[in-house]
Amino acid sequence: MSITYLEAIRAAQARALAEDPRVFIYGQDVGAFGGAFKATKNLAREFPGRVIDAPISEDAIVGFAVGAAIEGLRPIVEMQFADFSSVAFNQIVNQAATLYWRTGVPCPIVIRLPSGGTSGSGPFHSQSLEAVYAHFPGLVVVTPATVEDAYSLLLESVALDDPVIFCEHKFLYYHLKADSLPTEALPLGKARIAREGRDLTVVAYSAMVHEALAAAEELQAEGWELEVVDLRSVKPLDTDTVMASVARTGRLLCVGEAWPWGGVTAEVVARVVSEGLSLLDAPPQRLNAKDTPIPYHPNLWAAHRPTARTIAVAARQLLQL
Amino acid sequence: MLRETGSAQAALADASFQELCRRAYRFMLLARLAEDKLASLYRAGKIHGGVFLGRGQEALSVAGAMALRPGDIYAPLIRDAAGRLAFGEPLIDLFRTYLGSRLGPMRGRDGNVHRGDPRRGYLAMISHLGAMIAVVNGALFARRYRGQTGVVGLASLGDGGTSTGAFHEGINQAAVERLPLVLVIANNQYAYSTPTSRQFACKDLADKAPGYGVEAHRVDGTDLLACLTCLHEAVSRARAGGGPQLVVAQLLRLSGHGEHDDGAYMDPRLRELPLGRDCLPLAEKQLLQRGYVTTEELHRWRSEAQQTVESTAARVQQEPAPDPLLEDWCALSCRDMAEAPHGWESLAPGAKPGALV
Repeated sequence: MSITYLEAIRAAQARALAEDPRVFIYGQDVGAFGGAFKATKNLAREFPGRVIDAPISEDAIVGFAVGAAIEGLRPIVEMQFADFSSVAFNQIVNQAATLYWRTGVPCPIVIRLPSGGTSGSGPFHSQSLEAVYAHFPGLVVVTPATVEDAYSLLLESVALDDPVIFCEHKFLYYHLKADSLPTEALPLGKARIAREGRDLTVVAYSAMVHEALAAAEELQAEGWELEVVDLRSVKPLDTDTVMASVARTGRLLCVGEAWPWGGVTAEVVARVVSEGLSLLDAPPQRLNAKDTPIPYHPNLWAAHRPTARTIAVAARQLLQL
Repeated sequence: MLRETGSAQAALADASFQELCRRAYRFMLLARLAEDKLASLYRAGKIHGGVFLGRGQEALSVAGAMALRPGDIYAPLIRDAAGRLAFGEPLIDLFRTYLGSRLGPMRGRDGNVHRGDPRRGYLAMISHLGAMIAVVNGALFARRYRGQTGVVGLASLGDGGTSTGAFHEGINQAAVERLPLVLVIANNQYAYSTPTSRQFACKDLADKAPGYGVEAHRVDGTDLLACLTCLHEAVSRARAGGGPQLVVAQLLRLSGHGEHDDGAYMDPRLRELPLGRDCLPLAEKQLLQRGYVTTEELHRWRSEAQQTVESTAARVQQEPAPDPLLEDWCALSCRDMAEAPHGWESLAPGAKPGALV
């Protein structure tokens, strides 16, 4: 038996619904239709009255979730695409993210953002918004790269008393498979060494972990050993694991699918430089998407975001410095 | 679907209506005097940030809250001091939040009208207009989800707030879910400096209701008795399963947007219209005419309320301010999810980075 990243997300939601009567799912087309990506397939039938179709009102969807959370429920919101969460931006960053700090009442909601690019999706169905949400205090931002993490981090997010932005990557939905669901997992907030190596640290998260692993494989043939750190969550950001890795390798390349200005890769570099400059044998480097909207055509799209090939090129350059 | 309300005749037959009117008036009075005190503290430079008064809107505000029961959901807005008191907010919370007392419900983290007690159904507004409607919807959904019936949620909004996307999404969502939401629009003729002619092009905001499949009520917001009757009816219909109710009240903001604003842009002719009347003296007149109160009682109530306001304000001014050194500076309830401070962020609050050099 094998299970995909998408099936793991569905399974985690099914388990959360089964184990906690406070959990419900709210989003567009999530009910009988089972969601645009089928992440809630059959859940409305299995859990009557708890998987609820919403009007196309992202702002009101998240506001609704906050109100339900205040009253003690644990809503899971499915945004149809991460890109549409910008319509709910106010409720996310001003309502959900400030509630606990202002009033002392926790806000246990999970907002699932089908994130990242897939070929042919274009500017408005491809965005990676983790950096935007990580910028705001009061939010936890989770970026699973594996089937196991899609499952365990989603369950942990639902159990958390704070609002979680759960960035699940659409490119991984169908391709990424595991033999079974995990029975134990690293806790949320801990990064993972996805591949050990002595020469250079590649810090990545979400789909970029797999591009980084492929690049590491490519460079191994040339005699280089790349260490790949999977952040798992960008907020909290496990600086300790990153620093420990850089201490071993002396070189840092941060890879993110989001846009280059600011963002997760900039944050990682800033922390390593300000707290661990002496660990570095070469200037740390960042690799991000190009600073344009995300293109539609496969040729342009493939060149817009970092890939195993561009990571390998960047790593070779960095290894020469 | 439109319900014209303005006559209190039916309710007047009820002896308890007299008591309702007396209590309502006393909340209006207390709110007015408390806000007058806030204005004077503001002029004396004692208040950080703005002061936003509900002068002229006390009748509508108090009527909404008094139509609610314990266990209902209430999402007031900036001009709802009277309704907040009627919903059960202690007067001291108003002063503590404006003066930033550490002992207040917001602990100095938020101020002025941004206060509440969400665990008890009293939601703490954010500044973004229309945003509380969906939160009330979610709270009402949660009650229904748990099998609790007969709960009503009331949200306040102004004429300006009806222009937001959040208003549209929120009222539509309530209608789709058929939630017991009562949405009260105080059409006070101005959103900050913008007159209604630059805010909407429909003849009457109540006309929006049928478009959402929602019942509408119109009321003279200067008339306490009419407001009590109208809000009672709207809340009762929502409680009985009639779905969302939109109440639109005509009145006039009898102040600037805030105390920093003299409202010089306001058309003075509005004051001459019925909607420009001050609801407080009008309520006194109504209560006296109906024999609900005596002049002596009005005098006594005013002096008691004034004393309460003065002693509360004096007490709060002695209370400790928030101390940055005692703050945990953590926006998450799960402490293990909070990031450790890094770099110079870890400096003690108030310390200067230069101290390291």
